[in-house]
Amino acid sequence: MYFDNFADFLAMGKHGFYVWLCYGITAVVIVVNIIAPMLQRKKLIEQQARLQRREKNNAS
Amino acid sequence: MWEALKRLYHRMGSPKWFYEISTRWLPWFAIPAGLCLIVGTVWGLAFAPADYQQGNSFRIIYIHVPAALLAQSAFAMMAMAGAVFLIWRMKMAAWVAASIAPIGASFCFLALITGAIWGKPTWGTWWVWDARLTSMLLLLFLYFGVMALQQAMDTEDNSAKAGAILSLVGLVNIPIIKYSVDWWNTLHQPATLTLTEKPAMATEMLIPLLIMIAGFYLLFATLVFLRTRNKILWHERKKSWVNKLIQTPAGRS
Amino acid sequence: MSLVTATIKRDLVIAARNPGEWLNPLMFFLMVLALFPLAVDPDPNFLAKIAAGVVWVAALLSTLLSLDSLFKADVEDGTLEQWLASGESLYAMALGKAFTHWCISGLPLTIVAPLLALMMNLPENAYSALFFSLLLGTPILSLLGAVGAALTAGVRSGGLLLSLVILPLYTPILIFGASAVYHAGIEMEYLGQLGFLASFLCMAMTLTPFAVAGALKLNLSR
Repeated sequence: MYFDNFADFLAMGKHGFYVWLCYGITAVVIVVNIIAPMLQRKKLIEQQARLQRREKNNAS
Repeated sequence: MWEALKRLYHRMGSPKWFYEISTRWLPWFAIPAGLCLIVGTVWGLAFAPADYQQGNSFRIIYIHVPAALLAQSAFAMMAMAGAVFLIWRMKMAAWVAASIAPIGASFCFLALITGAIWGKPTWGTWWVWDARLTSMLLLLFLYFGVMALQQAMDTEDNSAKAGAILSLVGLVNIPIIKYSVDWWNTLHQPATLTLTEKPAMATEMLIPLLIMIAGFYLLFATLVFLRTRNKILWHERKKSWVNKLIQTPAGRS
Repeated sequence: MSLVTATIKRDLVIAARNPGEWLNPLMFFLMVLALFPLAVDPDPNFLAKIAAGVVWVAALLSTLLSLDSLFKADVEDGTLEQWLASGESLYAMALGKAFTHWCISGLPLTIVAPLLALMMNLPENAYSALFFSLLLGTPILSLLGAVGAALTAGVRSGGLLLSLVILPLYTPILIFGASAVYHAGIEMEYLGQLGFLASFLCMAMTLTPFAVAGALKLNLSR
């Protein structure tokens, strides 16, 4: 470990704000990029399943 | 060897095959990606030594450089997929290209914003017209252009072709843009301290960087898979294999 | 007479009959130039410093203005189908179209720009650099612009999209063109920059027509 204690680690030698801001933004961008296609997939499948059910009901 | 490659290529053209194989491959990309990113971040943030000139703000390099690298190579990959679509009319390639565009753009954005934030402690201002940042900005504009074209035409086929043509023109232009921006920058006496140019980086700084780069590329592959799979589902929604897939609980999750 | 030369002739005749087609971009050019002293500072020394860049930016924007209509009429009235049916190479047609566009936008601009640069107090020894850099640079703007115009010809509000698509591709030309003028102004060598512009022109002449031809075909299947 490069830092002596946890407070030092958070402070990053006066540059804490910049470093943590960067990592925070990156985390947000990555998470959004993962969640967005997953939600889209869920929506797609639900939509298609509903369509299937309706078709089945119409047929019977 | 050649025959095997050709067979692989023809299989890649089949959306169903791609969907099924990517279901199996996805964890093999996602898990190492997560591992690399976590190990790289912890190592880079907590264990790597600080830079003697820039102090701890240098730790931003572990995001900035991988994101910038990825944004550039993603553009090349998108253009290549576009070329495959234009030449062999392979629909899968168009979907891959359309999936890459927003991901590449978001990494380009990341590289820009981390560069700007890094600039504040290093140069004292949020934005300096540094050669790398400027060419990143232009790359972001190129991404926006391609993304706009990919949605502009009235048929999906034409939109994909238009996006592919622009990304190919952009691919030829990127080295020229990069070179001319570098040249312009040396002319106007830039900030003496460039963010990432180090004569030789210490090994204990370099290893986490390499891990992060690997992690970013693996993450990129995972994200492209996720988006392309959605595109496949949407385009093949009338096919029986998709209908069967939706009915099984495993296919839904 | 081949189809390409016939089209060039037709377009030039049309431009000659509607002077607005080539006068409006020039007017726009003049107005953009006039905005800078108003917005920034009319001090002659200051203007001399920014003149090179401002003239080039204004030239770039005014070429962009006339690009939107480059292929629009041909796509809408079916001329494009006729070109394809005629078996004439689209490559030559793309070059011809870019050439006509240059004749009605880049060429007048190249001739007028040194006159207007007087208003920006451009240093005396920069005039020849301005003229030659525009002479070499504006054809590249037309050629690259033709790619964008062909890509967006079928899009309803294509003008804005066109600028978004094309402006990043214009930056190298802007950099070398403006720097040639600037360096001539401070009595430095500027042949290198002109050399770069010339090589870009050769590249654009050989490569962009492929992209234009490909993009034009997209407008057919509608």
